[in-house]
Amino acid sequence: MENYNLNYLKELESESIYIIREVAAQFERPALLFSGGKDSIILTHLARKSFYPSKIPFPLIHIDTGHNFPETLDYRDKMVESIGANLIVGHVQDSIDKGRVKEETGFNASRNMLQTVTLLDTLEEFKIDAAMGGARRDEEKARAKERFFSHRDEFGQWDPKNQRPELWNIFNGKKNPGEHFRIFPISNWTEMDVWQYLHMEKIEMPVIYFTHKRLCIKRNGTILAHSEHLNLRESENPELLQIRFRTIGDMTCTGAVMSEANSLEDIITEISISRQTERGTRADDKRSDSAMEDRKREGYFDLEFGFGI
Amino acid sequence: MIEYKSNELLRFTTAGSVDDGKSTLIGRLLFDSKSIFEDQLEAVQKTSDFRGLDYLDLSLFTDGLRAEREQSITIDVAYRYFSTPKRKFIIADTPGHIQYTRNMVTGASTANLAIILADARNGIVEQTCRHSLIASLLKINHIVLCVNKLDLVDYSQEIYERIVDQYKVFASKLEVKDISFIPISALMGDNVVDRSDKMDWYEGPTLLYHLENVHIASDSNHIDCRFPVQYVIRPQSDLNHDYRGYAGRIAGGVYKPGDEVTILPSGFTSRIKSIDTFDGPVEEAFAPMSVTITLEDDIDISRGDMIVRTHNQPETGQDIEIILCWLNNKQYNPRAKYLLMHTTKDAKAIIKEINYKIDINTLHRIEDDKILNMNDIARVKLRTTQPLFYDSYSRNRNTGSLILIDEGTKETVAAGMII
Ligand SMILES: Nc1nc2c(ncn2[C@@H]2O[C@H](COP(=O)(O)OP(=O)(O)O)[C@@H](O)[C@H]2O)c(=O)[nH]1
Repeated sequence: MENYNLNYLKELESESIYIIREVAAQFERPALLFSGGKDSIILTHLARKSFYPSKIPFPLIHIDTGHNFPETLDYRDKMVESIGANLIVGHVQDSIDKGRVKEETGFNASRNMLQTVTLLDTLEEFKIDAAMGGARRDEEKARAKERFFSHRDEFGQWDPKNQRPELWNIFNGKKNPGEHFRIFPISNWTEMDVWQYLHMEKIEMPVIYFTHKRLCIKRNGTILAHSEHLNLRESENPELLQIRFRTIGDMTCTGAVMSEANSLEDIITEISISRQTERGTRADDKRSDSAMEDRKREGYFDLEFGFGI
Repeated sequence: MIEYKSNELLRFTTAGSVDDGKSTLIGRLLFDSKSIFEDQLEAVQKTSDFRGLDYLDLSLFTDGLRAEREQSITIDVAYRYFSTPKRKFIIADTPGHIQYTRNMVTGASTANLAIILADARNGIVEQTCRHSLIASLLKINHIVLCVNKLDLVDYSQEIYERIVDQYKVFASKLEVKDISFIPISALMGDNVVDRSDKMDWYEGPTLLYHLENVHIASDSNHIDCRFPVQYVIRPQSDLNHDYRGYAGRIAGGVYKPGDEVTILPSGFTSRIKSIDTFDGPVEEAFAPMSVTITLEDDIDISRGDMIVRTHNQPETGQDIEIILCWLNNKQYNPRAKYLLMHTTKDAKAIIKEINYKIDINTLHRIEDDKILNMNDIARVKLRTTQPLFYDSYSRNRNTGSLILIDEGTKETVAAGMII
C-alpha cells in the first residue's frame, strides 16, 4: 500500500496556507503584518506559496518605530522588491508628530509600546478588516487558547469571552460593520518548527540572526545593541561582543544572545541544547538565560500584533 | 542531524473529570519530553516551593485553565505543543467539567486520538462515559484509557484489570476502532514516558511510546476524491496570461494529473492538467495537502464548487440530517434562519425538525424536549437554501462537518455532523 503521509512541517505548512487562502477569500481588505522577525518572514513566505503563481493579493504592513536595525529595513526592502509585494509603512514618528502618542524618556525609553497606536491608526486608515500576524500559541501560556480567527469588536477590543469556537477546518470570518479580525495562521507552530522550516525551505534571513561582532551594553541581564537610540547610563560602557539575535524588533529592547551560530543548522543545534540544559535545575548558562529574556521580549513585541489588542 | 523529514503530526485531546490528574499528566509529558523552557520551570519550581511541596507540581505548567476554573470564568480549549524525535504533538486540552461538552466537541473535532483519564480509586464514572461517547460521536479513531494514580492503590494489577473490564463492557456500545489501556501514575511518572519498575505485570507500551507509534496514516480518507475550491488564482501577468488555477486543500482521495473529474454543481467534466505548488508541480496529491489544480478545459469555477472524480461523487442535497451540538449560550430559536458554512461553501439553513435530543451520559434519546441549550446534542433535520455536496461524517470529517452561525451576532452557534 502506498504511504500517504505528510511530514509534520508540510502538514503545518498546508494548514497555514489553507488559513491564508481563507482570509483572502473571506475578507475584503486583508493585510499581513510584517515586523522583520522570523515569524513574519515565514508568514510572508507562506503567503507567497498560497497564491503562486500570482503575487500576494494583499499588502504587507510594517510599523516602523524609527529605531529599527538598518539590517531589518534592508532585508525588508529587498524582499518586498523581489516578491513584488505592496508595502505599507506606518511611522511611529508620524504618530508622535501628530500628538497621538508621547515619546518616552529616560534610560529605558522605547517606542515599543507606542507602535500599538500607530498600528491601529494604520489599520483604520487603510480600512483593513483582517490583519494577519505571526504570533504563535506556544509563546506564552496566555496564548494557548487564542483562535486562528480572533474577533475584534467595533472598538478594536478583544473580548476573551466572546471568541468563537473553532471546529474542524471551518473558520467563521463573518462580521458586522466595524468589526474586524486578527488572524494567526501559524498558531500551531513552535519556535523549533519555525527554525526547522526556515532551514528546510532555505529561506534567506536578515544577517543579524547570525553571529557577528557588535558594540553592545549589558543591562539587567539583557544584552542590547548599542545605537544612537539608546540612552546610556554613566556606568554603562559599550563593549564588542560576539552575538546574534533570536528575534528582531525595536533596537532599544531586542535582546541579543552570545552565540557563534553561523547558519540555520547551528541555530537549531543551539536551541535544542539550550532546551536540554533547561531541564536541569537552574543551569547557570548565560545562553539559555538570555534566551528566556528573548522569549519574553518577543512576547512583548508580538503583543502589539494581536493578542491583547 | 536534523530529523524532521519523516516525522508525523499527531493531534490528541485529553479528557477526565476534575482532579483525575489531567494537568499533571500533560505537565509530565511536556516535562519528560524536555519541552519545558527554563523560565517556565523556574516559575513552577518557585510556586511549588512556596506551597511547601517537596516535589515539582507538574500541573502548574498548564495552570491557566486551573486558575480560571477556580475563578469560574470562561473555560476554553487550550492548545499545547511538544515533540519527540518521532512525532510532533498538538494537545487540545479540554476542561473536564460537566457543562463543557462544547469544549470537548471543539477539541475533539481536530483530534486523531483521545486520552481519557480515570482515577484508579474511582474507576469508571459518568464523566468517563460522557467523554468516551463524545470522542466516539466525533469519530476519533483511537482512544487510550489511562488508569491514573496507580501509586495510590499499591500499583495493583487486580484493581487495574477490574477497571479495564468495566470499561470494555461500556465501550462495546462505542464505534471506536482502536481502544488501548495503560496503567499510569502521572505524578510519579510511571508508564508515561518512562517504564514503571513497579508494575512488572504490565507488558504493554508506555503512553508516550503509544502516542509515538499509533498508526494514524489511514485515518484520512484516501478513497473518495473531494476538492472544495477555496480560491481561484488568475495571475493575469504577461508570463501567466492564461493561467487559471483552483486553489484548495484536498478533503479526501488522491488526485493525479490526467484524472477525469466532474465539477459540482455545474456537472461539467474535464481532466486534471496539473497539480501545482510553489515548489513545482506534483504527481499526486492527497489530504491534507494544499495545492492548486489546473484543468484541461476552460470552465467557469468559483469558490464553493467542488472538483470530484466522475465515478465517485458525494451526496448532493438540501435536506440534510445531522447530529448537532449547540455551542452558544443563546438558546436555539425555532423561527430563525442561520448562516451555514460547509467546506468552502456558504448557505443559509433552517432547522426543520428536532428529531430527538441525546442524553450524552447514556446515549438515550429524549423525544419530548425540543429546546436546544448550550452543550445540548440532538439529531435534527436541516433545510438549506442551496444544495451542499457532502459525505457522511463517518466517511469523511471534512465533507461531513458544518457549522451554523447566528445571522445577527455572527457567532458560531452550532456544530453539525452529517449522518
Ligand atoms: N498520587 C497521585 N496523585 C496524582 C496523580 N496525578 C495527579 N495527582 C494529584 O491529583 C490532584 C489533581 O491533579 P490535576 O492534575 O490538577 O487534575 P486535573 O483536575 O485533572 O487537571 C493533584 O493534587 C495531583 O497532584 C498520580 O498519578 N498519583
